[in-house]
Amino acid sequence: MTLALPGRRRAPRVLVITSGVIAAALLVPLVFLILQAGQAGWHDVFRLVFRRLTQVLLLNTVQLSVLVSAASAVLGTGAAFLVERTSLPGRRTWAVLVVLPVAVPDFVVGYAWHSMAPALHGLTGATVVMTLAVYPLVYLPVAAALRRADPSEEEVARSLGLGPVETFFRVTLRQIRPALTGGCLLVCLALLAEYGAFEIMRFQTFTTTIFSELTTAFDLPAASGLSLVLVLLGLIVLAGEAGVNTRGRVSRAGGQTTHLRARHRLRGGRLVAALAGMTALAGAALGVPVGTLVYWMVSSHASTLPGASLWGALEHTATYSAVAALVASVLALPVALLAVRFRSVSTMVLERSTFVVQSLPGLVIALALVFFASHYAHRLYQSATLLEVAYAILFFPLALVCVRASVAQAPRRLEEVGRSLGRPPWQVLLRVTLPLVAPGLAAGFCLVFLSAVTELTATLILVPTGVHTLATQFWAYQSNTSYGAAAPYAVVMVALAAAPGYMLTRWFNRDPGEARA
Amino acid sequence: MNTLELTGVHQRYDRQPVLDGVDLSVEQGSFTAVLGASGSGKTTLLRVIAGFERIESGVVRLGATVFDDGRSLLPPERRRIGYVPQDGALFPHLRVAANVAFGLPRKAGRQRIGPLLEAVGLTGMERRYPHQLSGGQQQRVALARALAIEPEVVLLDEPFSALDAAMRATVRREVAQILREQGTTTVLVTHDQDEALSMADRVAVLRDGRIVVDAAPEELYRSPLDADLAGFLGEANLLPGTVEGGVARTALGRLVLQDGLAAEWPEPGRGAVVLVRPEQLEVRTRAAVPAGGGIPARVIDRAFFGHDAVLRVVPAVLADGQALLVRVTGHSAPPPGAEVLLTVRAPVMAWPAPHGGGAADEAAPPAS
Repeated sequence: MTLALPGRRRAPRVLVITSGVIAAALLVPLVFLILQAGQAGWHDVFRLVFRRLTQVLLLNTVQLSVLVSAASAVLGTGAAFLVERTSLPGRRTWAVLVVLPVAVPDFVVGYAWHSMAPALHGLTGATVVMTLAVYPLVYLPVAAALRRADPSEEEVARSLGLGPVETFFRVTLRQIRPALTGGCLLVCLALLAEYGAFEIMRFQTFTTTIFSELTTAFDLPAASGLSLVLVLLGLIVLAGEAGVNTRGRVSRAGGQTTHLRARHRLRGGRLVAALAGMTALAGAALGVPVGTLVYWMVSSHASTLPGASLWGALEHTATYSAVAALVASVLALPVALLAVRFRSVSTMVLERSTFVVQSLPGLVIALALVFFASHYAHRLYQSATLLEVAYAILFFPLALVCVRASVAQAPRRLEEVGRSLGRPPWQVLLRVTLPLVAPGLAAGFCLVFLSAVTELTATLILVPTGVHTLATQFWAYQSNTSYGAAAPYAVVMVALAAAPGYMLTRWFNRDPGEARA
Repeated sequence: MNTLELTGVHQRYDRQPVLDGVDLSVEQGSFTAVLGASGSGKTTLLRVIAGFERIESGVVRLGATVFDDGRSLLPPERRRIGYVPQDGALFPHLRVAANVAFGLPRKAGRQRIGPLLEAVGLTGMERRYPHQLSGGQQQRVALARALAIEPEVVLLDEPFSALDAAMRATVRREVAQILREQGTTTVLVTHDQDEALSMADRVAVLRDGRIVVDAAPEELYRSPLDADLAGFLGEANLLPGTVEGGVARTALGRLVLQDGLAAEWPEPGRGAVVLVRPEQLEVRTRAAVPAGGGIPARVIDRAFFGHDAVLRVVPAVLADGQALLVRVTGHSAPPPGAEVLLTVRAPVMAWPAPHGGGAADEAAPPAS
């Protein structure tokens, strides 16, 4: 009954100004992208955008998005259903195995398949590789939705005479539809931003074209024109995602339903088919990359191992990623506090605007920052700082999601109680809010860190001259088809990303009761 | 005397008035319950007193200290108001001792924890975390934490609603006793009339953003302001009738009115709504009573609660077959279908019927 009524509390000015500056800084790349296109001449840009090449790229992108989304939807939902709703043996293990591919960078999956089956390329190759790399983006939300969905709805459907298959399509699928659509849109955003895997598969998309315009043809107008198209596509997908999020609310009378549901019993042929399917999926998505890396590591053992340069690259990657993760999660705090504690139309717009960054691929952010540095801040050009800034901007939304969730979970009432016990606001922030939000800050740090470690595109453009990171070294070796030399870098990269990845799964799976009073 | 006083307090959300001119006065050391249905604005009232919400107009003051007058606001941390929210709201990252000491200076704090925990009966729990406590224990820690700052006023926001029924009665009694021992001024908001009536010295009823009545529990229950309130405070039989010379004529016969009612009655002979509480009705089996000792009636159903039972009884004299609620002890509850004799234990409460004249159609069915 005690609704947290949206009172007329005015947000503290410090918080509004800080958050405003952060939001503005995040939108800077977009501004520079437009400035850059303007400098190149709008006439040229339009001519370059409305040519046949753009049509081809658009067609490639749409085809790939449809194919990968559909395949991911089927694989992700199927796997989630088997794990969450059936008596599949070893469910806990499968649940980990089918999510793990998310920690393997897409370009490493591409490299693995390419080195194993060089004939695989083009649309087919890109579809196979990307589906195996991104289907966890569908699996995760759908599995969560299946866990949350009210089991009594299915039971009622069965009692009204529907068979299991009919129940799945008419009841279960409706319950998970928001999660499924949301997952597919995330897949589309990932496809728009991907570069490395497409380069390996020799599949031409916006990112690969922009990259070659930029690095080999040095054609800035063409690069910025195509970037604008890419950003526009991203914004369309993002708008779709926002629509799903607001429509996806499911109302339910009464409290939580956590009562045990009966799982579908798998026997005989179905059991064999289910196990075979899960094995094939885990094998293709996880087994092939890991197996390939191990194979190349072992077979190239005779050749000289790049000991010193591996350490150097590891150090650079770890430093850049850690700085970016720290910056992003610290900056996410004021925005999250403002959005959750002082909810109003203006704070919501401010918060939402930071999510626009999601539609900006790393390549585009890098491009805009290069333009910025070369025109206005020469000292930043080719500096580590610029790369760290790029990571922080690129992955800010990830940090915000984590921090926001824990701010929302920390009841405002606790802060009020702190005030009424005689503590001024800044003491309440230090002694109540921060300890409660700390897990979210840590999760935000982990998520940004592991994303930055496995980032390739922006790194290739912004990395200071003469400096190597794990991703750039791997990329350089694999481009020369020195698969054996590339493998150690990928292994170290995956290992570096795995530790925070493990902490994250613990954060997502923790018992919600722990956080409550 | 530091009386907590609210005068003409207005507050709204999105142009919707929530508090619409609240006047309330709570004397030092007294225990006032604010009773209101969901959405009546009672939680907002508490938040206004605590300082979590600003008011638009009116004055909130404690003795000579103005808390809020719609222009300037004394921040919550400077009001010395102990706040015990619905679920206790213990800091989950702090142990019991640290929760209790939260509002205390570091050194002095440690010495005070022991006596406070002893007062709420939780000695030895200092090193527990909130999630290791039961709901009732959490409530008591929250109370100790609020009492630690030696507050002028303690606010309780439906503090027992999250507890299960068996525990609620015990925790209620304990909390009321602790607060009385400490002599703290207390304001409790609740929608539960049992809680308000059993715990408080005064009960203020909040309806549509206003305090409509502020009275001692017995008075409020026996002589409610109107028929709606009578139904809100407990089960009520409402009968049409007419009032003349301190007596109400109803289908159940002539019933003596409560003292003072007749003197204030607007016009003799005017139609009235008469309140007969279920426990004011008595049933006996026909065999046990000599002829003429009551109104013949028939039991149509029975809700049995163990310690007592509520019967629905239809007297032959009520033309429209209206059923009356009768509370009897669990030991002597006649079964459905039994023929009984009804008697009324006067005096009764009555209000003038809304439009004068014949009151027959205004009589509401018994509220339950």
